Amino acid sequence: MWLHRYARLVTVFTVLLIAAGGMVTSTDAGLSVPDWPTTYGWNMFAFPLSKMVGGIRYEHAHRLIASTVGFLTIVLALWTWWVEPRAWVRRLGFACLGAVVIQGLLGGLTVILLLPPAVSIAHAGLAQLFFCLTLTLTLVTSPGWKTPAPSLGDPLLRRLAVSTTAAIYVQILLGATMRHTNAGLAIPDFPLAFGHVVPPVWNPQVAIHFAHRVGALLVTLVILATSGHVIYHHRDRRELLRPALLLVFLVCTQVTLGAFVVLSGLQPVINTAHVVNGALVLGTSLVLMLRVLRLTADATAQTVQQITHSPNLGIISGARP
Amino acid sequence: MFRICNVIAALMLPVALVACGSGSNKSSQPSSPAAAPDAKKVDTSTAGSIAGRVTIEGTVPPNPAIAMSSDPACASANKDSAQAEIFVVKDGGLENVFVYIKTGLGNKYLFDTPTASVRIEQKGCRYVPHVVGVRVSQPLEVVNDDNTLHNVHGMGQANRQFNFGQPVPGLKNTVAFTVPEVLLPIKCDVHNWMHAYVGVVDHPYFAVTADGGKFELRTVPPGTYTVEAVHERLGPQTQTVTIGSKESKEITFTFKAQ
Repeated sequence: MWLHRYARLVTVFTVLLIAAGGMVTSTDAGLSVPDWPTTYGWNMFAFPLSKMVGGIRYEHAHRLIASTVGFLTIVLALWTWWVEPRAWVRRLGFACLGAVVIQGLLGGLTVILLLPPAVSIAHAGLAQLFFCLTLTLTLVTSPGWKTPAPSLGDPLLRRLAVSTTAAIYVQILLGATMRHTNAGLAIPDFPLAFGHVVPPVWNPQVAIHFAHRVGALLVTLVILATSGHVIYHHRDRRELLRPALLLVFLVCTQVTLGAFVVLSGLQPVINTAHVVNGALVLGTSLVLMLRVLRLTADATAQTVQQITHSPNLGIISGARP
Repeated sequence: MFRICNVIAALMLPVALVACGSGSNKSSQPSSPAAAPDAKKVDTSTAGSIAGRVTIEGTVPPNPAIAMSSDPACASANKDSAQAEIFVVKDGGLENVFVYIKTGLGNKYLFDTPTASVRIEQKGCRYVPHVVGVRVSQPLEVVNDDNTLHNVHGMGQANRQFNFGQPVPGLKNTVAFTVPEVLLPIKCDVHNWMHAYVGVVDHPYFAVTADGGKFELRTVPPGTYTVEAVHERLGPQTQTVTIGSKESKEITFTFKAQ
């Protein structure tokens, strides 16, 4: 139980870290500290608070929070390894640790290489994967996960849930590509594009921006389909209904924030809220997906068990009668 | 579950590898031909000059106010309200415009590269001067005169980018550029209002407009040239000018406020 609470703390810190990273990009402060891992030659933990001015506030705060998350993740991995009986969960703890180490290196690399889009996008993309890993660890160490639940024979929901999470992640990557190629205002109006449904002018930045808008529409439709399926067919399953409803709320918020990002001319706080809420959409979809996978996997296992214990099919299945 | 994570990781990579060129308001880059074997120094006895003015028509947009409260040292150095220096206009003349010969010199002439440094100071959390010209390979000094930290981020496209920190007053760094580039932006990411622009050329015929938009290019050899005037916001304008022996020509560039 304490491991679960601690994993939850790490997940909350990860969301905070994503917010801090969003503020760095939104305020264009990524290179305000030109060196790494030092800060203007200081050991980063000894950098005077009085010198945290202008863009340094965002970049250095991001580094301090990232270091805290790194330390918390080391403890999380070791703790999980020590107390967790399931081998795959122990490995998950170290996957978190590996991801946070690579994430830190990507963060340093993008500063040293002066923010090449490929490295910055990879940094943004891995941040979301790390969040997914800590959230998964939090979920699978929860009491609810360990409690047996009635299985679910719904392969369509399984496909929908997986597709939704994958679609959201691709959409987040498109958003990161848009941010790191300065395409956030490539289409300056909303909901139209230069007064048209389809942009009348094209260049790489317009294409990325428009792809993110089309992606938003598709992701919203996929989420509505998945959540609608849960609400219609499984409303009695609270563990599915709650994330499904939350997902609808969050995606509506996300689309609204996205509109205001454009209409406000990339106002940093709105921009960051869009990034953080995007992570929450992904996280909620992940929770729904993992629960669906678990329940449908149980159903599959039960079906296999029934088949293998059937005297008539024993030879076909290879099981002893 | 792990299989799904693997799929997601695989999806991340190709998108991360998308790198796009970014648009800019800069001039198309001046060429830098190698000097011909029979290249010679300019004969000053036959050289002329190109002088003139850069003006602006229409309603000039006000320079946005700068909030320096994010750094007390900058705020105390600018107790009166501070404004950006995008449009510096005096008597209808537009200042801080980089004017230079873009084409026409070819590879016929040899020019000595100055060893004296061009200097940009960070004073009151501003770059002084706001626009400078420098020759290829000529040292450009950037000095911190402020009682705060600055980073100096050169965002060359033809030249290599750089970014260095100047955490204490008095620090000085020197850079040099390898190829012509007009205009090369320099900015401070700590103080996001600080921008400077460098015109990098491989000959001595350049100027930054001052005193009501005036400029002069001296000791220009006879010939026909494309002269370009580049403003950080309004972009480039060009004119063709023919200079005879010992001739002085006056030209005017007129930008329209957008």
